[in-house]
Amino acid sequence: MSELLHLFRKDLLIEWRSRSHGFALACFALTLLLLFSFAIGPDTKTMSLHAGAYLWMSLLLSSTLLLARSFQVEVEDGAIETLILAPASATRMFYAKALANAVQLAILAAVAVPAVYALYGVQLHGEVGGGHRLGQLVSVVALGAAGLAAPGTLYAALTARLHARQLLLPLLLFPLVVPCLLAAVKATTLIVRPSLSEAEFTSWLALLACFDVLYWSVCGILFGRVIEQ
Amino acid sequence: MSGTPAISRSEAGDASAPSGEVVVEARGLSRRFGKRWAFARVDLTVRRSERWLILGANGSGKTTLLRALATAISPSLGRLRLFGQDPREDLAAARRRLALLSHRTGFYEDLTARDNLRVLARLAGHPDADLGAVLDRVGLEDRPDPVRAFSMGMRKRLALAAVIVQRPELVFLDEPFAALDPAGMEDVAALVRGLEGTVIVASHQVERAAALCDRALLMDAGLPRWTGPAHQAWMAWKAVQAPLAAAAGGAP
Repeated sequence: MSELLHLFRKDLLIEWRSRSHGFALACFALTLLLLFSFAIGPDTKTMSLHAGAYLWMSLLLSSTLLLARSFQVEVEDGAIETLILAPASATRMFYAKALANAVQLAILAAVAVPAVYALYGVQLHGEVGGGHRLGQLVSVVALGAAGLAAPGTLYAALTARLHARQLLLPLLLFPLVVPCLLAAVKATTLIVRPSLSEAEFTSWLALLACFDVLYWSVCGILFGRVIEQ
Repeated sequence: MSGTPAISRSEAGDASAPSGEVVVEARGLSRRFGKRWAFARVDLTVRRSERWLILGANGSGKTTLLRALATAISPSLGRLRLFGQDPREDLAAARRRLALLSHRTGFYEDLTARDNLRVLARLAGHPDADLGAVLDRVGLEDRPDPVRAFSMGMRKRLALAAVIVQRPELVFLDEPFAALDPAGMEDVAALVRGLEGTVIVASHQVERAAALCDRALLMDAGLPRWTGPAHQAWMAWKAVQAPLAAAAGGAP
């Protein structure tokens, strides 16, 4: 457990020390949201209706840059080999890296959500069905970020040494995360609607959680083979 | 090289081989990438506290051999035993007792020297390591700038600090003098002399590396050509190279 926390701390420290990348990534996500709002047009009702989809599209596209970089720092000077020979457990390396990526995606979402609120005229506040909408949004963002981070980390490791990694990572990742993306978009869309169906929201959230469990389990098992290659 | 031809001289014929606990034992060790053999049929016995030089020209297979011995890559054929055991039985346990200074220094570019050493020290099970003292030992200041700003000489020093902080019993050094000026080479040589445990160096800087080692293995075109005392390595290499030079000189 201490090795996992140590590796997690290391991954976050690297991102903190190179935070200009994080700033650029946030700008990229915000720019996408702005472009989507221009593409939809001035109708705030339509924009509000599809805000969840644009939020997740923005996070998905930004995530490919974040995930690719998370392993670029490992292969840049051969640091990953140093870790493997240290020796660090491949499983712990995966969970530390995936957790760090999920945290960064959640932070990115925390930056993007106010922009969605401002650009798309979304209302997030109010008590519905006993649950605060903001709290519900936090849970969707956390599970959605985790759903993108686990397979993204595996594929980032797989493509990190390839010349066409910038193209291959989204090509491999996007089809795999469709169920997770669908559930996150549906759940977010329900939250931003004036009337929320609690049962429907819970079912999408449960589906998202199920895919998270599946991704985190399978990717954790496969990661060791990817790394040792 | 497409096959695995015979060895011209193996260590079995070397009467000067010393005795002691065997730390590395390779028998018929070979590695291929696709159809090409990087090295083949290497027999090597390294005893505790020995210092071995693996020498050879560029492309002779010495780096790949070193990486196979250090468990960074797996051999295609042959048998490898580290500390008397097959490393595949407990890879983590074997790796915990060795350290590899690779041609690439293996650091996180955005972290400081201390941060990088802390990562390694904790993974190696030495969270209490005095990192300031280790940095001082290799002549590096405990500075706040990232490794990205370091010169090649500073990187090599830091790579040696990374080896020291892991407290290994078996050290593999791949081209420790590469890309260094003469003063930097002297400094690195002094640090390598100060390393404890068993040391295996792969280098084509024969005279400089041989001065640090007791015994040598000469690789040529992926094959082990000669094994013997390190101080005779230069002569052995010239003897191996002579027919090639003559052939090149006689070519039209």
